[in-house]
Amino acid sequence: MRHVLLIEDEANIAEALRFILSRDGWSVSVVADGALGLAAVAELHPDLVILDLMLPSLSGLEVVAALRADAATAALPVLMLTAKGQERDRAAAEAAGVSDFMTKPFDNAEIRARVRALLGA
Amino acid sequence: MPFNLLVLVCLAYVAFLFAVAFAGERRASSGKRRFLRAPIVYTLSLSIYCTAWTFYGAVGYAARSGLEFLTIYMGPTLVFVGWWWILRKLVRIGRQQRVTSIADLISSRYGKSNTLGVLVTLIAVLAATPYIALQLQSVTLSFGVFASETPENWALPNRDATVFWVAAGLALFTIVFGTRNLDAKEQHHGIVIAIAVEAVVKLVALLAVGIFVVWGLGGGAMAMIDRIENIANPAWEMRPSRWAGLIFLSAAAVISLPRMFQVMVVENIDEGDLARASWAFPLYLFLMNIFILPIAVVGMDLMPKGANPDMLVLTLPLSQGQGGLAMLAFLGGFSSATSMVIVETIALATMVSNHIVMPLWLRLRPATALSGDLRVGILLSRRLSIMAVLALGVGYFRLSGGSNALAAIGLIAFAGMAQVLPALLGGIFWRGGTKLGAGLGMSIGVVIWAYTLFLPSFGEGAALSAQVFREGLFGWHWLRPQALFGTEGMDPLIHALFWSFCLNTAAYALGSMLSFPDPVERVQGASFVNAFDNEQQAERLGWSQGQAEPEALLNMAQRILGDEAALSFFEAETAGQGKAGYLPDLTPAFLAALERRFAGSVGAATAHAMISQLFGRATVTVEDLMAVANETAQIMEYSARLESQQSELSRTARQLRDVNEKLTQISAQKDAFLSQISHELRTPMTSIRAFSEILTEGDLPAQRVADYGQIIHTEAQRLTRLLDDLLDISVLENGAVQLTLGTANLSDMIERALASASQTRPERRFEIRRDVAQEAIFLRTDSDRLVQVFINLISNARKYCDAAEPVLRIAVRQKGGRIMIDFIDNGAGIPKPAQALIFEKFARLSDESRAGGAGLGLAICREIMANLGGTVAYLPGQKGAAFRVSLPLRFDPGLAINLPA
Repeated sequence: MRHVLLIEDEANIAEALRFILSRDGWSVSVVADGALGLAAVAELHPDLVILDLMLPSLSGLEVVAALRADAATAALPVLMLTAKGQERDRAAAEAAGVSDFMTKPFDNAEIRARVRALLGA
Repeated sequence: MPFNLLVLVCLAYVAFLFAVAFAGERRASSGKRRFLRAPIVYTLSLSIYCTAWTFYGAVGYAARSGLEFLTIYMGPTLVFVGWWWILRKLVRIGRQQRVTSIADLISSRYGKSNTLGVLVTLIAVLAATPYIALQLQSVTLSFGVFASETPENWALPNRDATVFWVAAGLALFTIVFGTRNLDAKEQHHGIVIAIAVEAVVKLVALLAVGIFVVWGLGGGAMAMIDRIENIANPAWEMRPSRWAGLIFLSAAAVISLPRMFQVMVVENIDEGDLARASWAFPLYLFLMNIFILPIAVVGMDLMPKGANPDMLVLTLPLSQGQGGLAMLAFLGGFSSATSMVIVETIALATMVSNHIVMPLWLRLRPATALSGDLRVGILLSRRLSIMAVLALGVGYFRLSGGSNALAAIGLIAFAGMAQVLPALLGGIFWRGGTKLGAGLGMSIGVVIWAYTLFLPSFGEGAALSAQVFREGLFGWHWLRPQALFGTEGMDPLIHALFWSFCLNTAAYALGSMLSFPDPVERVQGASFVNAFDNEQQAERLGWSQGQAEPEALLNMAQRILGDEAALSFFEAETAGQGKAGYLPDLTPAFLAALERRFAGSVGAATAHAMISQLFGRATVTVEDLMAVANETAQIMEYSARLESQQSELSRTARQLRDVNEKLTQISAQKDAFLSQISHELRTPMTSIRAFSEILTEGDLPAQRVADYGQIIHTEAQRLTRLLDDLLDISVLENGAVQLTLGTANLSDMIERALASASQTRPERRFEIRRDVAQEAIFLRTDSDRLVQVFINLISNARKYCDAAEPVLRIAVRQKGGRIMIDFIDNGAGIPKPAQALIFEKFARLSDESRAGGAGLGLAICREIMANLGGTVAYLPGQKGAAFRVSLPLRFDPGLAINLPA
């Protein structure tokens, strides 16, 4: 079973995503903090990381940079999810090396499709 | 001896003098001045002190009064030997100030006063005219001596005609060599050489006659001395008062006589010459006088009773059949007379031209004609002045009839000219001397001189009536011309000398002390009195007169006009002269153009002073410098104005930059704020949307539906709260908030706030410590708004206080019309770097879910307090998080100063 790690500090949003993705058959873990997220990646070896941009301790961009800097996680698909929808935020995320980028609020069907695509299913 | 031979020799001698003068001019203009610079030339030129009065008159004087004639030479000897430093200062000043005459020196010293210049010129003309007439008379008399001695039928030609032709010849010589060119300094090399030659001729002639008399007629030196010792003439008795007076007078005259000033100061080339002259000139005087007494003694013995003692030098050799010696003596006398007349005429003509004719001419001429070359005008005026001075001499001679004793006229002239002495010496040694003093002194001196000496010299009943002599002017006894203020029994000359000098000096001193010198006068006074210091200063500054090279001039022009402009100007001027390149000939036209060009940059006066200084075209006068200073002041004022405008501009620019920076900052803040709001709005919206989609899909257990519905509700509330807060802060920030002022009890307000805030984390036990007694204060304020602030602070404490047993202490303190309410919890507090941030919008320190707010709470508190005339601030140094709310007891919006947030 494919494993999705969700790094999101808004508890309600995390709950919504966990519910939607679990229902599609993915295994979903949730962390609310950037630093904890990195630790979880190292421990759980997820197949996909869904990452919020605005996070306590480490920001989403810093988490991506750390993942890309590590050879073991350099190719790990990362879907950036953010409430900051401006063009320059997207550019910054792409420069940091995210695989995909979505703004909040999102369409449930769309995020499910993106996750599916990223997991190569 | 045939008279026509005399005339021939005379003409030949004159031609010889012309040749000498011409050669001197040639050498001077070709730059070969070594011969001219020989110190002996200077000393010999000084010998014009010895005029025909000495040559003929001294013997006559000795015949009449014995040794007294020597006083006339003792004065100059004393001055040259003992007081040569006075002369040195005069010479130095003369060179520094480019003085052209004694009138110029005095006018220049007293603030360039032309009135004084005119006064001195008039004194000089008044005193010198009889003296010139005297020289002309001596020449005619000597002609007459020869004429009467001739055996043939040569009657002396008409006396007036002789005088006319002699004067005309002198005028020609003086004009030819005296106005050849216009130097900045009036130097006449040809004339100086000619009078030096004449000085030798008259000395040789007098010595030759003397030697002939002593060894040819008198039987040797010892016999001569015995003969003199045996003379018992009561008129030869020495009169000490006259001796002292005459020595003083001749000392004064040698300094102030126009012709002496001319050769001593104006014609001086090298100051060192004066040092040699200080012994050589007295030696010359000694040699001139050594045989005077023997000639007089022998002449009186040998000649018939009625013979004119003034002509003994001529008549004695003639009577002894020594035609050649007589001819030599004649030439000596002729030399004495002509050299004096020539130099005196030049000196007087310079004064008359510079101080009377030119100022009048310039004033009467149409202004438009002024731009032309003044040289022609000046030369013409100079030549006319020479003719006028000689014409005056001739006129005086014809009127006075030439009957007076020669010596008397000489002394009267001395006394008249000496009236300038107090102003002259005072001017160079006393800075306090003023124009008024000088004018008063000289005027009074010359009036007394004229009244007591000059007018009486014409004899009783001539210029002054006999009645005036006996009873005084207007019948006032004390105004008798020869017994002024009742001083009877004095020698008339000494009497005149005493009163004129005493009153002259007193008026000068008094006038000077009572008047205040103007700036030009002060500057000139200082530069005259400190002539020796000035010199060093001038040398240090590198000021020198000279010819500038075109190259150097271009260099200077580039500094003033700028490289490009100067070069193109020079090129254009060069092309205008029909030359190639960029270095034009320094023609007057070019210099005038350059001066006009400079004037545009540095001001007219400065330009004029610069060009004049470079080319020695004219003296840079104190007025020039004053004008320069004026211009400089104007330029400085102008640049100061520019500078202040400049600083004002840069101040405005700085303000604009500040405003712009602030605007940019505000714009950036606005962007960040919008981005924040967007984020804050999207977050709850995301949950609402996601869960509503889940719910619409259906097929959910009932519990899930209830939970998810609850989440949607909570997030919707959060959204509403956020929108409320945004509106609130917008209103508060704009100052558009409507305050509802009223009086309320602080204790009640805290109670209300505690009740509202209890909704925050109600599950936790939260202890409140307060002193209700302290809170019993009535405030005049907007109680709802103040409660809002309290709620925020209490909620924050409830939300963030991480102590195991959280406690909030509320303390109230009153001080000077203000009240302070502190909210202090027992948590970890806020770290120092964050303390400055917490009042900013959306500055949330911990994670959002726990805070549950939009991050606008404290920002709103700050705005509310500002609207209520108070503050809210973090209170550092307490154990936990601590905030202090401070506000006036009675708020009056009219008086309130909204303290900066």
